Amino acid sequence: MSDGSAGEWRPVATPRRLQARARLLAGVRDYFHGAGVMEVETPACSVAAVTDPAIDSLATRYSGPGAANGRTLYLHTSPEFPMKRLLAAGSGAIFQICRVFRDGESGRFHNPEFTLLEWYRPGCDHHRLMDDVAALVQALLPAPAVEERISYTALFHRHLGIDPFVLPPQALRLVAGNQGVPGVDSLDLPDRDSWLDLLMTHCIEPALPPGLCFIYDYPASQASLARIRSGDPPVSERFELYLDGLELANGFHELRDAAEQRRRFQHDLVRRRELGKPLPPLDERFLSALEAGLLDCAGVALGIDRLLMRVTGASHIDQVLAFPLERA
Amino acid sequence: MASYSTNEFKGGLKIMQDGDPCSIIANEFVKPGKGQAFNRVKIRNLKTGRVIERTFKSGESVEAADVLEVELQYLYNDGEFWHFMDSESYEQYSADAKAVGETSKWLKDQASCTVTLWNGTPIIVEPPNFVTLSITETDPGLKGDTSGGGGKPATLETGAVVRVPLFIQSGETIKVDTRSGEYVSRAREE
Repeated sequence: MSDGSAGEWRPVATPRRLQARARLLAGVRDYFHGAGVMEVETPACSVAAVTDPAIDSLATRYSGPGAANGRTLYLHTSPEFPMKRLLAAGSGAIFQICRVFRDGESGRFHNPEFTLLEWYRPGCDHHRLMDDVAALVQALLPAPAVEERISYTALFHRHLGIDPFVLPPQALRLVAGNQGVPGVDSLDLPDRDSWLDLLMTHCIEPALPPGLCFIYDYPASQASLARIRSGDPPVSERFELYLDGLELANGFHELRDAAEQRRRFQHDLVRRRELGKPLPPLDERFLSALEAGLLDCAGVALGIDRLLMRVTGASHIDQVLAFPLERA
Repeated sequence: MASYSTNEFKGGLKIMQDGDPCSIIANEFVKPGKGQAFNRVKIRNLKTGRVIERTFKSGESVEAADVLEVELQYLYNDGEFWHFMDSESYEQYSADAKAVGETSKWLKDQASCTVTLWNGTPIIVEPPNFVTLSITETDPGLKGDTSGGGGKPATLETGAVVRVPLFIQSGETIKVDTRSGEYVSRAREE
């Protein structure tokens, strides 16, 4: 990391892009105020943290009244758990715009702290929420974008001619090799889903059509906090939105079953232990909220910085941030 | 054995791949929001010069290549090896034809070369950007032609052949850009 050499105090984003950010945030608030969705704030620091094996939390320490010996607080990676507690307490439709933090993520499309827009719609499933996401994004884009919706299965059929639900890891490795992904022979990935992630990021994303592309009904093993719809095969009622091939949003028809949620958390912790990752405390208050009863709802998180990249034609996330990691 | 984690990847880092030393040209972090992170890397094989791409699982470690670049003085060629010396430590190195390659045609005694060492052995020898060499043979040019247009081949003392303007004669000393293999000017008498 560079030190304070000349000019490093200056913002990286141009004034035009900083103005575009302000307009985008105002546009988001206009949309939700018009739709009767309430803006909320929840803590950025929590005693509990996400368990997802692919997401790592940053931690900090609080000492003071109530914590004489200090206690670890985790910076949120998304405001999902406390927002669902608000929903369980009867908030109705809510949205939040906040800075979230993820350890280990830095690159052309990643900054370890970034702006997330997250919202929840009671009485919606993931398909109705996709309508909502499309309406919001279209309202924020400078020109209307074409829109496509395709299931995860159909997508893999279309781009790779394979069924992502049945092929074993060795076969997926072979597909990646045939698709020209370099160095797959020496690649040691922990599970089947990681191979699917490889195919998605290296083979499918670059070939996605321009405009909005919603991908829905993910493998049950990638459900995260989405409910699983039984069937053959069972699928998770989860979707992702890509804009011009860039992953922009992830949404769920939300899991409401507290016991199932606890099992998934524990399963995550087992995976984290196998991967040698830290084991954060489970969010017991979130689990209590589910036990008390979460109404049928769908929720989604959308990366504001990436949307801003597409709106302003930026090729690197640093170009839309006043002070990215290198100058933070 | 020294190794680098993918978090240390950046342009110029030297790593081992397929048993050969390589230099990283570009490194991209790729990660789905809820999935496996990868580093998509472009690397140059320092022995073959070939550029290849590789995909690594983020967090994985890769063997480091013991590679460094040094300035060495060219001494002589014994028919099989080209010999060089570090003018500070007086340590000597010998490079084979594979390492020297096309550079041999620019090598004159005392020339200062950039040599890439892998485990202490030269694998790439780069000549200075500009060399001053005398012409051993070229057709007599037309008198009075100073434009340089057209040109003619000239053989240099090291064996290299370059195009020179018609007014340049055998026995003259010229400056050549080794990157393009092109004549630059007459060498000034100093």
